[in-house]
Amino acid sequence: MQHDEVIWQVIRHKHCSFMSKISTGIFCRNPYNVTGICNRSSCPLANSRYATIRDHDGVFYLYMKTIERAHKPNDLWERVKLPRNYEKALEVIGKHLMYWPKLLVHKIKQRLTKMTQMRIRMRKLALKTREKIMTTPRKEKKREARREEKAEKAAVLDKTIEKELLARLENGIYDGIYNLPFNKFIETLDTDELQAEDENEEESEVEYVEGNFELEEEDDIEDMGMKNYHISNDEVADDDDEEEEVNAVKVRRRSKSEKDEPGKKLKKKPRIHVEVEHENGAERQKATF
Amino acid sequence: MGGKRKKGESEGMEGDNDSKNNNKKMKQKSEILPSSVKNKEKRSAVHAKLKHQKKVEKRKKLKARDAAEKRALELGEEPAPKQIPRTIENAREADETVCMPDDEELFAGNDADEFSSILKRDRTPKILITTCRFNSTRGPSFISELLSVIPNAHYNKRGTYDLKKIVEYANNKEFTSIIVVHTNRREPDALLIIGLPDGPTAHFKLSSLVLRKDIKNHGNPTSHMPELVLNNFTTRLGHRIGRLIQSLFPQDPNFRGRRVVTFHNQRDFIFFRHHRYVFETKESKQSDSKGKKAKDAKGESIAKEKVVARLQECGPRFTLKLVSLQHGTFDTKGGEYEWVHKPEMDTSRRRFFL
Repeated sequence: MQHDEVIWQVIRHKHCSFMSKISTGIFCRNPYNVTGICNRSSCPLANSRYATIRDHDGVFYLYMKTIERAHKPNDLWERVKLPRNYEKALEVIGKHLMYWPKLLVHKIKQRLTKMTQMRIRMRKLALKTREKIMTTPRKEKKREARREEKAEKAAVLDKTIEKELLARLENGIYDGIYNLPFNKFIETLDTDELQAEDENEEESEVEYVEGNFELEEEDDIEDMGMKNYHISNDEVADDDDEEEEVNAVKVRRRSKSEKDEPGKKLKKKPRIHVEVEHENGAERQKATF
Repeated sequence: MGGKRKKGESEGMEGDNDSKNNNKKMKQKSEILPSSVKNKEKRSAVHAKLKHQKKVEKRKKLKARDAAEKRALELGEEPAPKQIPRTIENAREADETVCMPDDEELFAGNDADEFSSILKRDRTPKILITTCRFNSTRGPSFISELLSVIPNAHYNKRGTYDLKKIVEYANNKEFTSIIVVHTNRREPDALLIIGLPDGPTAHFKLSSLVLRKDIKNHGNPTSHMPELVLNNFTTRLGHRIGRLIQSLFPQDPNFRGRRVVTFHNQRDFIFFRHHRYVFETKESKQSDSKGKKAKDAKGESIAKEKVVARLQECGPRFTLKLVSLQHGTFDTKGGEYEWVHKPEMDTSRRRFFL
């Protein structure tokens, strides 16, 4: 006791490396401290008979120090593993600290309660998913922004899209919807009146044409108005390989006279044979690099 | 232009008046490097002179080339073949995973992959859109625009559900894909597209988002089924991503609706655009100086009709960049990644992966 008092006087009034003063109070950073406050009764250095609970990997241990071992710092702290069960742990504490000052025992039990609650909460939290924050170095962000701008300029998007649409028009996907160029359409309408039957008939040649590998295999769908769409892949430009394609697609070509009228939107049209099948996109591929 | 010469050399050369003949000396004198001149005014003057010389030479070359071409045309000969400027796309590093048109393995893979059922029209796409846990300022408007772009899409608020639970829920309700819009600093910045039931998960970084109201002269999209344009997805990975995007949209576009949605891949950036288009005929008169057609129609100006497509932009505009592609539904801890972006992949400017 005498020894303790001297220690306390020295470290409290001179310097204790575990003490940290903040605006709300004086705290002790010593890992063996029960309450965490810098106090005469809570200081593990200034009390020769002391006990704590510490947590190691989710297992709680009761640490005790007695005055008999004060001269052997290596064996100073005696460790007892506490059972997982809260009530049993309380009993074990009671058993080991039976004749110790009540205040200390009380503080230790409070600490045990707090730590069990924390343990439960930590385990629940570990089950939940939390978003992990990743950082990107500024250099990379800037580099990406720069590259994106250049890529956008290189891809003249509006022109590309327009070209693509025109190519689809040429290919005959929109047959029957448009009648461009308009003048020719008017001409054919005039000739149409002369030869009514010829153009009313649908002269279709059934051609087996290999589709582009990009295009899905589809069944022969010959319903009117069923239209497909397809991906355009600008890199592939192998028309020759069409014949060897695995995908055999049935394409219905319209007769020549009908082909003159891809065109503007018409409210009414003379004939509506829109048996547009899955076309091969390979023809229109161009490298737009 | 003259080669770079070391400072010491040039000075030394200038010193040797006798040993070199005049021409060489003059040439060496004109090859003074600006960096060797210490006086700032003089140095900038030398630099400006150098640049001017280069410019003049370039212009001379251009004129000579044009004159030669014109002459060749007049004489009826073949003009010299035009030089193709070198671009990054031209000089792209050869990638062995580029899809070839006659690749049986590719077709077989396509048959067996997760999108084939949708792409073969066995299932109609049904999309679930949700956000990350914290919503943001621009998030909801972006989501409402996405809802109008993608047909058959539904929005659910996120709450605090785990993503894996959301995947389960969506599977029960028979959705075909989930899109999660992730926000950071009050701006949407990532898109997670999860195919269902066990489809791949693609994580994209979203940038340069422009909402419809911020676009000048924007149009309002109708509810017709859009056409899809997917450009430049060349490699196997790109092909897979292309199919993933394709599976978001229904496979029966309504051409009369004249609505087109474009995903254009350029240097690994996927640009999204949404337009309404119309075809028009434009009459353009051919002038004599233009092109070879002028030969056929000398004197008479043909009113040549050209068909052009005009676009009106509607809907949002954004850029995507693939960050990672994971096999199976969302599972960062245990999932198998097909492709992950690593910073060391950025070291070459001519190497792209999509």
